[in-house]
Amino acid sequence: MLDHELINRTLSTALRTGGEFAEVFVEDKRSSSAMLDDGRVEELTSGRDRGAGIRVVVGDTTGFAHTADLSESGLASAADAAAAAARGGGGGVREVAVSPVETPRTNSARIAPEDVAKATKVELLSLADAAARSEDTAITQVSARYGDSRRRILVANSDGLLAEDDQVRTLFSVSCVATGDTGLQTGRESTGRTIGFELFDEADVEEMARTTAARAITKLSARPAPSGAMPVVVGPGGGGVLFHEACGHGLEADLVAKAASVFAGRVGEEVATPLVTLVDDGTMAGEWGHFTIDDEGRPAAHNVLIKDGVLTDYMWDHLRARNEGRPSSGNGRRQSYQHLPMVRMTNTYIENGDDDPADIISSTDSGVYVAQLGGGQVNTATGDFVFGMTEAYLIENGQITEPIREGNLIGNGPEVLNRIDALGNDFAMGHPGTCGKDGQGVPVGDGTPTLRVTSLTIGGTAA
Amino acid sequence: MTELIDIATRVAGWANDGEDVEAFVVHERETEVRAYEGEIESLTAAESQGIGVQVVIDGRQGYAYAGTLDDSALRETLQEARDNAQFTEPDESNGLAVPDGVTPVELDLYDESLASFATDDKIALAIELERATRAADPRISGIESAEYVDILSDAAVANSAGLSAVSRETGCYLSAYSLAEADGETQTGFGFSIGRGPSELDPAVASADAAERATRLLGAVKPPTQRLTVVLDPWVTAQMLGIIGHTLTGDAVQRGRSLFADRLGDSVAMADLVLVDDGTNPDAFTASTVDGEGLATRPISLIKDGVLQGFLHNSYTARRGRTVSTGSAVRGGFKSGSGVGAHALALRPGNQTQAELIAGIDDGLLVQGVAGLHSGVNPVSGDFSAGAEGLRIRNGELAEPVREITIASTIQRLLLDIRAIGSDLEWLPMAAAGVSLVVDDITMSGA
Repeated sequence: MLDHELINRTLSTALRTGGEFAEVFVEDKRSSSAMLDDGRVEELTSGRDRGAGIRVVVGDTTGFAHTADLSESGLASAADAAAAAARGGGGGVREVAVSPVETPRTNSARIAPEDVAKATKVELLSLADAAARSEDTAITQVSARYGDSRRRILVANSDGLLAEDDQVRTLFSVSCVATGDTGLQTGRESTGRTIGFELFDEADVEEMARTTAARAITKLSARPAPSGAMPVVVGPGGGGVLFHEACGHGLEADLVAKAASVFAGRVGEEVATPLVTLVDDGTMAGEWGHFTIDDEGRPAAHNVLIKDGVLTDYMWDHLRARNEGRPSSGNGRRQSYQHLPMVRMTNTYIENGDDDPADIISSTDSGVYVAQLGGGQVNTATGDFVFGMTEAYLIENGQITEPIREGNLIGNGPEVLNRIDALGNDFAMGHPGTCGKDGQGVPVGDGTPTLRVTSLTIGGTAA
Repeated sequence: MTELIDIATRVAGWANDGEDVEAFVVHERETEVRAYEGEIESLTAAESQGIGVQVVIDGRQGYAYAGTLDDSALRETLQEARDNAQFTEPDESNGLAVPDGVTPVELDLYDESLASFATDDKIALAIELERATRAADPRISGIESAEYVDILSDAAVANSAGLSAVSRETGCYLSAYSLAEADGETQTGFGFSIGRGPSELDPAVASADAAERATRLLGAVKPPTQRLTVVLDPWVTAQMLGIIGHTLTGDAVQRGRSLFADRLGDSVAMADLVLVDDGTNPDAFTASTVDGEGLATRPISLIKDGVLQGFLHNSYTARRGRTVSTGSAVRGGFKSGSGVGAHALALRPGNQTQAELIAGIDDGLLVQGVAGLHSGVNPVSGDFSAGAEGLRIRNGELAEPVREITIASTIQRLLLDIRAIGSDLEWLPMAAAGVSLVVDDITMSGA
């Protein structure tokens, strides 16, 4: 993407004020998306973002600047700005020579987005619309979205590293509104993979649309959600986001270093029931949080965070790992060249247990079965979290009975880890997500088998 | 640098016969300084720009953007938007905003002093903020982040119907997230100070709030589930208003996604509630002279004496609803076209302070923070449920802190169950003002 000599000169410029570490991150990203709503393909948008972010580190201070101008002068002025921001004590000239690191590409798109006709992409939306509406006349509104992106990155730093990646992602989502005597209810379904248009060889958008429609219709007869603390069974793939929020964020080394995590200083301790093994894995081919190298040039890795209930490690980016004299875990990510990298999750999941999911439900006298969780947020310092339930049912006498309306579920991460008393053998990945941290969004995946938490608080309206 | 308005006008002028073109161009300069343990943790100096082009041909609409203003990119972006329009379906309501004769109000949203504010002074503010937050209370055990941020933004929009407008604004803020610890328990809190220019920033305010919010919840308990009267803190009310504002957009209404769709002229709220969206209010940090399509912003009455008066419209929803734009086109940057939304929502304040409101409640809850509001509100059905924290109210006085609870009701009931509105209106860094709100009969779920 950039000439190696130009990279070397840019890094030297960045180090001119005495920087200890300098990095150039180049990104060229093309995205397109199409929206159907109200029975019509309303909009097709495409765009391009291209530029470089340059950072310089001196001691504990990072200077950062970015530019959309990839010419020699554009890069030099960004390097100057980053160097001025970091302002080391030293100075002088330091030569840098980068050499390419060939990380075997683990992500690959068979059908690149630019090789698919726009008409073909748009047609998927109409198929989904028709399928959802034909499911039931109660479906009064359908919206569907297609999105793809191709993101080429290059990372080079003053340690001599030079690495590149080419990341293609494809996404499809449907949401439906059903109208009945009780008002309006919504259903949603999405699929997203770090692959190209071949996504639609495996994902049937009409099937997705029918599932979404059925979900909205089911909720028309839903009762108000109960309120108070009770056992909660989370379905396969439905609860990964809970562990992402409730535990994952607290295991990010930047938050740990500031003691802004309940898990700070607890490596080697038992933090969960022995059933729990929690993994963050950027190498899972095709998953939404997958890549070959992270946004600091480190290869993606399989990182075990909690093993049989014992905290084994945190997630690391370059800066935090450097401070601790250890390697990065491949978790340094950023939203775009306009952002500084920080510790981020990739695909975060709970490994399979031994229980039969049917037994988990039948051994629950009364409680709530959550098939799908929606968005949520967590306070990493306290571990307190809140999530929306987008599809949930009552469990009565060991059986899933009536659907319940939307409500929030709240709890505390460390407490939940210690309240998991049953873990199924039916692992599934959940829906593609965008994880937000300090205003930056990055694609992440998550997964779980069926599992039971002995007590969580459901925030419904039924007293 | 070429004037942005010249670029926007030039691109709009490239429209072919029978083609509508709108170009939106933006240029921003931003500085962010983070302080930690008395040092600069990071300093970001950023300059970014971009263009978004919307093309409508025979009712079909296409959009394209580029994160650069290079000459060649302008042509390419227009061509790409044109191409995209071929693949969408026609809608007779698509088109451009047309001049409506409303003159934009003069607002001074650009503080020149920010442009010349020295980097060293920005650093000093961030470091002082971090120091003051650590020193604010002995129970403060750490700092998650302490930062100074400023943005100088210039934008221009022009369309082939002859409408063009520019906007310039500055903004800066200090923000601190602190950790407090007592008896092995940790809580967090945030504080901020915001203004158009550096003279409005006060690290003492931001640090004191960050410390107060973190420490007030120490020792909080999880209370039993019950129904009670709540007082929403201004910060919480403003967030609720944001969600209500969304349900009052022409877009939500026309697409069957608003609980207020068929309720124009109905009593939807307590009898003397007044809700206005007014982008021309200079006190609002989200004030602007023009909307995302270049039409003048104006005060819009949404609810008056509890009765629903109208909805927010941009040019598309106005045509579709056979009405006129209320100047409510909003943009989230150059990467997408205009949507419709509120600029600056505010309830008419009442005449009692928060303390006076609390004094009239025997058994209640002061809700100081909510979490998961977006995931927990269904704007279609009106159901909402949010994680909450705050202080119990007993016999008219604030009592013990509570946490790990949810509050739930429906938006419909919430608006009708409002018993009183406080006098403590304050503008917050969002498109709404906060004010204390007393609401009866809310379910608090706890243990």
